[in-house]
Amino acid sequence: MRVVKYDDIVKSIRDMIIYSTTHLSPDMKKALEEAYEKEKSEVSRAVLAQLLENAVIAEKEWKPLCQDTGLAIYFVKVGEDVKVEGGTLKDAIYEGTEKGYKEGYLRASTCDCFTRENLKDKVGYNLPPVIYFDIVPGDKIEIEYAAKGGGSENVSRATVLAPAAGKEGIKEFVKKVVSDAGPNPCPPLVVGVGIGGSFDYAAVMSKHALFRNIGTPNPDPELDQLEKELKEELNKLGIGAMGMGGTETVLAVHIETFQPGRMCHIASLPVAVNIQCHSSRHSHITI
Amino acid sequence: MAEYKLTTPLSDEDVSKLKAGDIVYLNGVLYTARDAAHKRLVDLILNGEELPFDLKGAVIYYVGPTPPKPGEPIGSAGPTTSYRMDPYAPILIEHGLKGMIGKGKRNQAVRDACKKHKAVYFGAVGGAAALIAKAIKKAEVIAYPELGPEAVRRIEVEDFPVVVVNDIYGNDLYEEGRKLWEQK
Repeated sequence: MRVVKYDDIVKSIRDMIIYSTTHLSPDMKKALEEAYEKEKSEVSRAVLAQLLENAVIAEKEWKPLCQDTGLAIYFVKVGEDVKVEGGTLKDAIYEGTEKGYKEGYLRASTCDCFTRENLKDKVGYNLPPVIYFDIVPGDKIEIEYAAKGGGSENVSRATVLAPAAGKEGIKEFVKKVVSDAGPNPCPPLVVGVGIGGSFDYAAVMSKHALFRNIGTPNPDPELDQLEKELKEELNKLGIGAMGMGGTETVLAVHIETFQPGRMCHIASLPVAVNIQCHSSRHSHITI
Repeated sequence: MAEYKLTTPLSDEDVSKLKAGDIVYLNGVLYTARDAAHKRLVDLILNGEELPFDLKGAVIYYVGPTPPKPGEPIGSAGPTTSYRMDPYAPILIEHGLKGMIGKGKRNQAVRDACKKHKAVYFGAVGGAAALIAKAIKKAEVIAYPELGPEAVRRIEVEDFPVVVVNDIYGNDLYEEGRKLWEQK
């Protein structure tokens, strides 16, 4: 049994948060540069230029790319042969999150659902995070983290289609979500789509789809094709950067299905669309 | 598409020349407020009480910045989505508000109020928060400190970059821009 120290996990998470919220990931930077080259609308090009300049300033000054430093989202794979010493893994993630947000001068964006009160002194600074645990073979702990902003989350949607709706029905739903969202979620976007499983699990998969680096193809050739088709069709909507009109509304579409196979219940076709703004702050560590 | 430099407070004459799509560099004082602060400001107006700042010609920036690092006036400070302020904006416009800065669509009531009382809705680039912070030279919390990032701040800006989204003539940049590039 491999032993990992609680404090080491706290520190790794703290550091990952501070770096990730101030340094645009290489895949996002490249995608924005390509969008800038391709964009035909002058206004949208000016917006993309500002976003690239923003990334340079943020990186140089270690200043948050966006003031909405998000709800902290984690997907954690825990090896069966690893043990955390000095506390629980969940507590370490909570403590690392609080330290990262506080010491990185990031925003505490969580509040009571009803009173809307910021409970940073009672519940904790930007706590709680959303964590999905999975148990896997091996002696490592893999942690994926994203700072998920509210604006793009607000326009995300889930549904359960009738099986007869098929691929076309899925496409129509994705197009409707992006079209209705318009300028609000800060395009250009990454569109995460979860297909299959159950109502709730489709939404989890749509969120996890956002963690894939842009430019990495879908391992399923049919889904890879569907992603490309959807991207092309979504870019015909004309929404453009920050909704000011243009040809580059979507940087990538990422689809995840319920594995193994691409399964769901015989009566259902669950589909969820999780929208990600251009400030996609996602990273990954293995401990 | 024209470019203007304007200094707050804004006058009817200032906003009358602006058209959807124009680029504006704002100078002077802006006030920050989000949903929670808007609710309180509107309650003050309805109760006939005094506001923490003069609304006449004022420009409100919809923002909840990150905490400043030592020595900085403000942290990262990009716009938040504006529709959440739609229920409160028309009454503020009626009482003298001349400009709002945010991102995303406004409802018809806000657009009608802009037309009727001569006010403008500006868009700033969402997610360009480190860049925008460079235009903010001073910041001071003037009301509701208990709201944290949502407190009302008085900020002094130099050449704060915005685009006119809704002008006083009923135009909307989002609708027009999309129409121009949509492929059916």
